[in-house]
Amino acid sequence: MADVNRGNRPLSPHLQVYRLPLPAITSIVNRAAGHAMVAGLLLLSFWLVGAAAGGGLWDCADWLTRSWFGFLVLLGSAWALWYHFLAGIRHFFYDAGEGLEIETARKSSIAIVAGSVVLTLLSLIIYLL
Amino acid sequence: MRYVTPRKAAIGMGASHSGTAHHWWMTVSSVALALLTPSFLMVMGTALQLPERAEILMYFTRPYPAIVVALFMTLGMMHFIKGTRIMIDDYFEHTARKVAIILSTAFGWVVIAMTLFALARVQLAFAQAV
Repeated sequence: MADVNRGNRPLSPHLQVYRLPLPAITSIVNRAAGHAMVAGLLLLSFWLVGAAAGGGLWDCADWLTRSWFGFLVLLGSAWALWYHFLAGIRHFFYDAGEGLEIETARKSSIAIVAGSVVLTLLSLIIYLL
Repeated sequence: MRYVTPRKAAIGMGASHSGTAHHWWMTVSSVALALLTPSFLMVMGTALQLPERAEILMYFTRPYPAIVVALFMTLGMMHFIKGTRIMIDDYFEHTARKVAIILSTAFGWVVIAMTLFALARVQLAFAQAV
């Protein structure tokens, strides 16, 4: 088969050479974000258990949560939560059969990425104020 | 005697034998979680700002923070369990799929139990002190 001259015609799209369109990338990231934010929820539930239990568990949980590592986990999870929030709202429109045109889906993808960054920064500013 | 004919019982169930139940549950829980998200972030943000453990405990004796966190964590992790199920069905097969479903379900409920335990303990300690 390898010796067959296929001429100069284009090959069918292949996963390794096919550039995913933006709506496909934002859809995959939505799944990843939904799973990733659980790191933050786990950390917060550990922090709450520590607060309720007190003693060494509280020292450990509070130190971890308020460390730079805990801050990064919580900030990353906040972004993932806002991203999942916006992409989930887009899914309501998809389910209703709206916004499925290529150009509309491309625009909503940009809106989701930009919106999630804006909402995360807004949350951070409100938190720090 | 069953009054529902086999045909009537099968209609609308599709290849999954469960129809759109999963998708509809995800839709309902996402609406609830979307509405709860700003409140949850505000409550946890407020709690994280409190420097002393005693202040944090007092904050969670109030109904609003306790109910928002209990609702968001319970619904959120149930949404997670059903959500990972779709990812697991896409990427895993056979025994690996079964193990992954068990692990994700167990993990989700452990997080729910941890949160509810913490909140309940704070309420009980508060009730005893009053």
